[in-house]
Amino acid sequence: MTTLKQTPLNATHRAMGAKMVDFGGWDMPVNYGSQIDEHHQVRNDCGMFDVSHMRVVDMKGAGVRKFLRYLLANNVDKLTMPGKALYSAMLRPDGHVIDDLIVYFMTEEWFRIVVNAGTADKDLAWMKAQAAVHAPGLDIADHPELAMIAVQGPHARQKVWEALPGSQELSAGLVPFSAVEMGAMFIARTGYTGEDGFEIMLPAKAATFFWNTLAEKGVKPIGLGARDTLRLEAGMNLYGQDMDETVGPLESGLGWTVDLKSERDFIGKAALLANPPDKKLVGLVLLDRGVLRGHQHVKTAHGDGEITSGSFSPTLEKSIALARVPNGVQIGDTVHVEIRDKSLNAKVVKYPFARNGKGLI
Amino acid sequence: MSNPTNLKYTASHEWVKTEADGSITVGITQHAQELLGDMVFVEAPAAGRKLKAKEECAVVESVKAAADVYAPVSGTVTAANGELDSAPEAINSDPYGAWIFKMKPDNAADVAALLDAAAYQAVVDSEAH
Repeated sequence: MTTLKQTPLNATHRAMGAKMVDFGGWDMPVNYGSQIDEHHQVRNDCGMFDVSHMRVVDMKGAGVRKFLRYLLANNVDKLTMPGKALYSAMLRPDGHVIDDLIVYFMTEEWFRIVVNAGTADKDLAWMKAQAAVHAPGLDIADHPELAMIAVQGPHARQKVWEALPGSQELSAGLVPFSAVEMGAMFIARTGYTGEDGFEIMLPAKAATFFWNTLAEKGVKPIGLGARDTLRLEAGMNLYGQDMDETVGPLESGLGWTVDLKSERDFIGKAALLANPPDKKLVGLVLLDRGVLRGHQHVKTAHGDGEITSGSFSPTLEKSIALARVPNGVQIGDTVHVEIRDKSLNAKVVKYPFARNGKGLI
Repeated sequence: MSNPTNLKYTASHEWVKTEADGSITVGITQHAQELLGDMVFVEAPAAGRKLKAKEECAVVESVKAAADVYAPVSGTVTAANGELDSAPEAINSDPYGAWIFKMKPDNAADVAALLDAAAYQAVVDSEAH
């Protein structure tokens, strides 16, 4: 048995009664009590997540913006205000997705990137290999010594301000999808739940104290189980499920993050232009009784498709999914999902399914 | 919660209660519901269906995952618990009350040969390592 990696909060999770699971090689809390209660806690009040397994990568030096213009499918020239963030895919030359990430513009000589845990080593190697050719002077360094705590929900920002003296003055003016430094901490108004809140990066040795202070202010711990249903309701992709190195961003619901209009060249652009996809990502709501799950087969009038992420939506109290289906499938169509020996009816919907405390379907 | 000693168990985490008329009532154990988490869907076998021992015959689905439920012994289904259609969470709150189906065993001796509470606990303990 291989040893699982641990975040600085591992012992704290266990002391709080978490059920721990192997999550891509990390020993992580999947739930502390009821996963559904944890889900509602975030939609209606606020909760905190240990996301220290995600990796922070800093790129520093002259020409960093020029390099990122070429490295990422979204256009970093949209970032003009220091602290502003952008969601982007990073593509292979064949247009397939290496990872999805958030990039923060701090100064013209410093951009900060947050990548997924399972892909971090691969991402870093790719970034360094590309920089060696296109931006040899750039300093690219990851920061596994940083912990990350997400506090999410309608009351999340207020709770962080109560737990962290001085943070309100610095972060009250942050517009959504932007960040500010506070000493050794980095406070970003971002998240993966469809609710307001912060993602806070801080030195590993300070993580337990900050987590416990939030708990004293009444912030409940939330496991990765509820994180998955929250992000699915919010219509946010999960790397490894909704896209990976076998598909491109356009058939993964990420067309809105890919800039094909400007003159700018980027890795994967030529392949995307040469191979327009014949599939797209849509939302499904199950009309019959059952639960949609990843990899279930979808039959439509235009051909076959597959569910990429599916679960039970606690907000809608129905089963929902993201599915990759032929382009001809339209919103409002009924499709058939094969579950065990049955063929169940599902309706094609526009997602997100829920955000800001409310169901949208 | 300890496993009730008046019940029989399977290594696949079903509990089995023998009724006065010799029929059996089947559900999933405290340990199983705890592993699966919040239940959101139960599909029970229809009355009249003939089952072989260890055959997949029901499905319980939590937010996290789907799990098969197996026939503890061979026999014929006599009833399914329709209350779980609208309240699958009863399996979480009352695992030994929220039965999934009832069946008439082909041989009473098959039921007697199932695990007792102590033997089942040993199965659970061995899975923890």
